Amino acid sequence: MSWRFVLIEAWNGLRRNVSMVVSVVLVTLVSLTFVGSAVLLQAQVQSMKSFWYDKAQVAVYLCTQYSTLGTCDQQEASADQIAAVEAQLGSDTLTPYIDKFYFENHEQAYEVFVEQFAGSAVVDLVTPDLLPQTFWVNLTDPTQSAIIFEAVGGMSGVESVVDQRSYLDGIFAMLNAASLTAVGVAALMLVAAALLIATTIRLSAFSRRRELAIMRLVGASNWFIQTPFILEGVVAATIGSLLACVAIAGILIFFVNGYLADALPTTAFIEMGDAWIVFPILLGLGALLASVSAYIAISRYLRV
Amino acid sequence: MIRFDGVSKVYRTGNRPALHDATLEVKPGEFVFLVGASGSGKSSFLRLILREERASSGNIHVLGQDLARLSNRKVPFYRRNLGVVFQDFRLLPTKTVFDNVAFALRVLGKSEAFIHDAVPEVLGLVGLGNKENRLPHELSGGEQQRVAIARAVVNKPAILLADEPTGNLDPNTSKGIMDVLTNINAAGTTVLMATHDSAIVNKFHKRVIELTDGRIIRDEAVGRYNNSEGHNRTADLTPLRADSQPIAVLPLDFDPIPDFDPMAPTSEAIDLSYLDRTNTEEPL
Repeated sequence: MSWRFVLIEAWNGLRRNVSMVVSVVLVTLVSLTFVGSAVLLQAQVQSMKSFWYDKAQVAVYLCTQYSTLGTCDQQEASADQIAAVEAQLGSDTLTPYIDKFYFENHEQAYEVFVEQFAGSAVVDLVTPDLLPQTFWVNLTDPTQSAIIFEAVGGMSGVESVVDQRSYLDGIFAMLNAASLTAVGVAALMLVAAALLIATTIRLSAFSRRRELAIMRLVGASNWFIQTPFILEGVVAATIGSLLACVAIAGILIFFVNGYLADALPTTAFIEMGDAWIVFPILLGLGALLASVSAYIAISRYLRV
Repeated sequence: MIRFDGVSKVYRTGNRPALHDATLEVKPGEFVFLVGASGSGKSSFLRLILREERASSGNIHVLGQDLARLSNRKVPFYRRNLGVVFQDFRLLPTKTVFDNVAFALRVLGKSEAFIHDAVPEVLGLVGLGNKENRLPHELSGGEQQRVAIARAVVNKPAILLADEPTGNLDPNTSKGIMDVLTNINAAGTTVLMATHDSAIVNKFHKRVIELTDGRIIRDEAVGRYNNSEGHNRTADLTPLRADSQPIAVLPLDFDPIPDFDPMAPTSEAIDLSYLDRTNTEEPL
């Protein structure tokens, strides 16, 4: 078939409808930027999860002379109690779940504390005896901290058992909520984009209704009649998708890698490498959205 | 070539069938006049052949195809065997004569080389060989209809359908159009022409099928047609149903506002003083 004619028709449609095409481009740009951001935010959450969850440990805090929590009664955990906890952690039943564990005494805990809070006034107030002696446990499967809670939680001399993952869950819940919000906004914008594309194509078909009537009369195939319109929608949406890719790349380079990476140097952020997976998704989604809505819009002109 | 077997067409909104139990056959190479007043079912007849509508009952066979069993997807390919001409020409106002005719071939995917052979040839056939680059509005009505005929036959259809092709044209111009249609028919194309111009029908001595209220009331190999007033157009004014009251006929010199004559001098001088007043009065 004559592609030249189809392409010329599609080009004429775009030219005649500039303002509508611009609005399609803008709506597609915004909606797909949200889609891309949601995808990248999810990728970021996943990468942070695997990064932090692997480092997260279970802390078994032992009694200090000031503590009244757990089994403590303002009594420092005795050497026997410590040995009992250590024996329990090293027992055959727990070995399959524990990667490794180590003991941290008052002095070591104080050193870590001073290092972490260096420059803060709190350092002057804290003495080694305030900080509990601790067994740090690395699990083979970080999700199974419940086993440690059960095994040593009730033992005498144990103040509390804390899974560090519980601190992270709050942060991840927030990030997940943010990415869900982005998905929600993206969905709304995609609906708006689809309707706008359909309206644009309908207008374009209306302005060419004489040509369409004659095409149908002389027996132009449906393919020949609808392809220019679908192309018109796809071209407009693809321009929007490309701009959305540029916007995503801009956010990554200037905001994430430029600003956030400097502000939070310990966190591993997503790189451009991750974005290359998102770009084809955005381009494909834009083209699919446009062709489906343009096809539906034009099909009423093809009824015979 | 065209065969109707007991064909009826009832539109969803209409209570009266547009076409009622029509049976007829048109042979290849025939020239058929389809006559009758407006609303008698001529256009429905043509739309059924074009497969713009499906028959409510009965069978239509055109060019060996059973139109009831023709899928929507195949309709475009079926229509390539038909040419259509309308009363209102339906040319594309922004395209030249050449491009209007070429459009019908371009949308069928024909090559430019073929188009540059076929279009001048068909424009010569309809007598517009020297007007290829004119725009439709630069042509007379008769010339525009010739362009429309050229567009309809450029793809060499087996059947040409013409829906009141001379309806907007004066008698002399109409005769020119009829000559073109006769030539096309002589070259082997079957022509089916709906009209209510009795002068043309009576002059050409062709087969005449007359419709009234959707029924075929006459089918003569060489027929005449005398509509109620002896001339075309006025047939439109006759009531469609016997029971409806005739519309009051106004005399030609009827004047709806007898006391008003815009050209007559006014007896009183018009008071224009308000024009001055608006300028001289105190500002608000």
